[in-house]
Amino acid sequence: MKRRGITKLFLVFVLTTLTIALSACSGDKTGENSSKITVGIPQDIEDSLDPHKAVAAGTKEVFFNMFEGLVKPDANGNLVPAVASAYKVSEDGKVYTFTLRKGIKFHDGSLVTVEDIKYSIDKCADTSNGEPLIAAFSNIESVNIIDDETVEIVLEESNTEFDADLASVTAAIIPESNQEPDTNPIGTGPYKYVSRSPQENFVMEKFDDYWGEGAHIKDVVLKVCANADSFVMDLEGGSVDMIARVTATQAAELSDKFEVLEGEMNLVQALYLNNAEGPFSDVRVRQALCYAIDPQEIMDFVSGGKGTEIGSSMFPTFEKYYIEELNDTYSKDTEKAKALLAEAGYPDGFSFTITVPSNYQQHIDTAQVLVEEFKAIGVTAQIQLIEWDSWLSDVYTGRNYESTVIGVDASSLTARALLGRFESTASNNFINFSSTAYDTALQNAISSTDDGQKTEYYKECERILSEEAANVYIQDLPEFVAINKKYGGYQFYPLYVQDFSKLYIVEE
Amino acid sequence: MKYIGKKVIMMAATLLTVSFLVFLSFFVMSGDPVTSMLGTQATPEKVEALREEMGLNDSFFTQYFRWAGSFLKGDMGTSYSYRMPVESMIVDKIPVTLALTGIAFLLMLVLAVPLGIYTAKHEGGIADRSIYVINQIIMAIPPFFAGILITFLFGRIFRLFTPGGYVSYKENFGQFIGYMFFPALAIALPKTAMAVKLLRSSVIGEVKKDYVRTAFSRGNRSNQVFYNHILKNAVIPVVTFWGMALADMVAGSIIIEQVFSIPGLGRILLTSISNRDYPVVEAIIICIAFIVVFINLVVDIIYQLVDPRISTQEQE
Repeated sequence: MKRRGITKLFLVFVLTTLTIALSACSGDKTGENSSKITVGIPQDIEDSLDPHKAVAAGTKEVFFNMFEGLVKPDANGNLVPAVASAYKVSEDGKVYTFTLRKGIKFHDGSLVTVEDIKYSIDKCADTSNGEPLIAAFSNIESVNIIDDETVEIVLEESNTEFDADLASVTAAIIPESNQEPDTNPIGTGPYKYVSRSPQENFVMEKFDDYWGEGAHIKDVVLKVCANADSFVMDLEGGSVDMIARVTATQAAELSDKFEVLEGEMNLVQALYLNNAEGPFSDVRVRQALCYAIDPQEIMDFVSGGKGTEIGSSMFPTFEKYYIEELNDTYSKDTEKAKALLAEAGYPDGFSFTITVPSNYQQHIDTAQVLVEEFKAIGVTAQIQLIEWDSWLSDVYTGRNYESTVIGVDASSLTARALLGRFESTASNNFINFSSTAYDTALQNAISSTDDGQKTEYYKECERILSEEAANVYIQDLPEFVAINKKYGGYQFYPLYVQDFSKLYIVEE
Repeated sequence: MKYIGKKVIMMAATLLTVSFLVFLSFFVMSGDPVTSMLGTQATPEKVEALREEMGLNDSFFTQYFRWAGSFLKGDMGTSYSYRMPVESMIVDKIPVTLALTGIAFLLMLVLAVPLGIYTAKHEGGIADRSIYVINQIIMAIPPFFAGILITFLFGRIFRLFTPGGYVSYKENFGQFIGYMFFPALAIALPKTAMAVKLLRSSVIGEVKKDYVRTAFSRGNRSNQVFYNHILKNAVIPVVTFWGMALADMVAGSIIIEQVFSIPGLGRILLTSISNRDYPVVEAIIICIAFIVVFINLVVDIIYQLVDPRISTQEQE
């Protein structure tokens, strides 16, 4: 009898376990909340929630929805007033005067004051850590409160592009009263912070007291989809409604429930060469590598032929500065490449390493095509994959590398954001580029107050980079945004940002 | 009691060693938390200033004892990348990993015990032989691969669950358990195969012993002999295996979390390693080590209860 009891008990146990498990499986899928969008992000916001401290591009593109500077960029690449309702620049480009927008509120309900503006700008310009948070802010002489609604920023040297630096998320206006900006972000943007769960999600909610048009969708949930291989499954299974960067192959796999929008990533993708390292210190060697490759072949392989060829450190969405002719400086010419190598003393070629961060598939794919193309001119390249963190410390800050494939973005809507790093003394000049002609042209561009002249000087910089073959320029990568057709209103920006406030629901 | 006290001291020593080794490995590894914090904005001056601020320029032992001191006081420190207290980062994730392990363990028991007994009782039969073959195959499949197969089969073809459709236990507990079922199955399968094999051979080994004949000769019915005598003895080596398997499953769940996109301890552990966020890595590894060591302790105690001979030996 005793045994029977045990067997029965065991059977009951087995059955309940299975029933609970299986019944739970067939539960309804995603909840149909009409005013919510779940966006898949490939990497978590592994960062401080203080906009002044946040560094990752993935963090900043999300913060764009929560924080605003005195001015902000719009989708057409213009600067529009944000926390300031209006501003004027003195003729010599040295004094910027801002009028605080009337009645503008922080997410905690308090009014934005001129003191908050001074606090925020001063914090970004603080040099106690060696350098200010935003390089251009080292030029600030003083931030003065004129009255309850006017603040002026006085610069040491004239800079007519200073407003573009104020538009970056890093220059966001935040309340002085916030004691814990690292974990409790308070801004003025159309969305406010709700919660975060590491490696799981990041939740934002519409800010009802927003000064402008405001958001359409109430809740935005950013869900971490760490496994890029399962993006299609995540979208089709309904666990996410949108993913901002899918590959061309993934885009093709999606069903007609989804719309795939095509834009540009606004990155300068190139084989960046350490100009101080071995053969690359010789301009002829660098030019030979440029002659060896055809960007179109790379685009065909990496992104199904999509992408925009570039010939210098400038991408086409910065129309004003972009020079299309530079794409033709080096057309693929194997013979010429070999001749240049022979002239430089490498008739039998040489070998070098391409260091690529392992988390960027498109850069790895690009490097693979490059290796094949270089073989034709007798140059042997090996790909070395390293972790992103090691890339940052060894390649980017340590400059201890030969070459690397990466995409460089612009932190603000200025040509300087892309070209400034190639000044020979720039702290972020990770390719060790050094040219006196370039330094002069860049300084002229920065100091000129006439816009036409300024643009010309920047274009000169681009030409020098191209002639000197500072890097093997490839393309501005295509960006494929996959979004459920339930939603509309997605807008591409000429900067690396996602604007969720423009999204709306199409049906229902 | 003395026995348990000894085990607890061993446990503390193990955890201390683990924490030291983890700390040491961060010193040996290339990469630096500061560069990953500053990203592309890093300049030598900023890196130096931040290193100084975070105390990373101190000697290895100063840093280790500072960390261990506050850890013992219950302060796990602040995450370098998230800039939030480590406790609040992992406290919500522990139940996820434990649930996954727990369900996997239950699945193993539910599948392995009846199958093990059945195959032992019908040794050499068709069922026994076919289960033997299936067992061999399953044992050879590593959990992550089983995970991929299960995702494909049950997620994409039979659509029994949505791949990547993890639901937090705070939102809907039923759906949470439901989502955990298949990942748990992936972890449980290879262990189940081993458990079946072990239980079967253990039972068969016992059947041949003298006391079984004695039990029969005393007039017991065969089922009585089986459950009251044979199984009781046969289960002793199997309990050890279950304990080891459970500890293994805790570690195995870290990999399965990746395959099924479950935001448990594993996901945070991996990203924290690549960010060189060592306060988080230390906390998670110690947490996992604690669970493993604790399971071992429990197994030892259970072992003693099941087989009183062990404690007698200890006392001698």
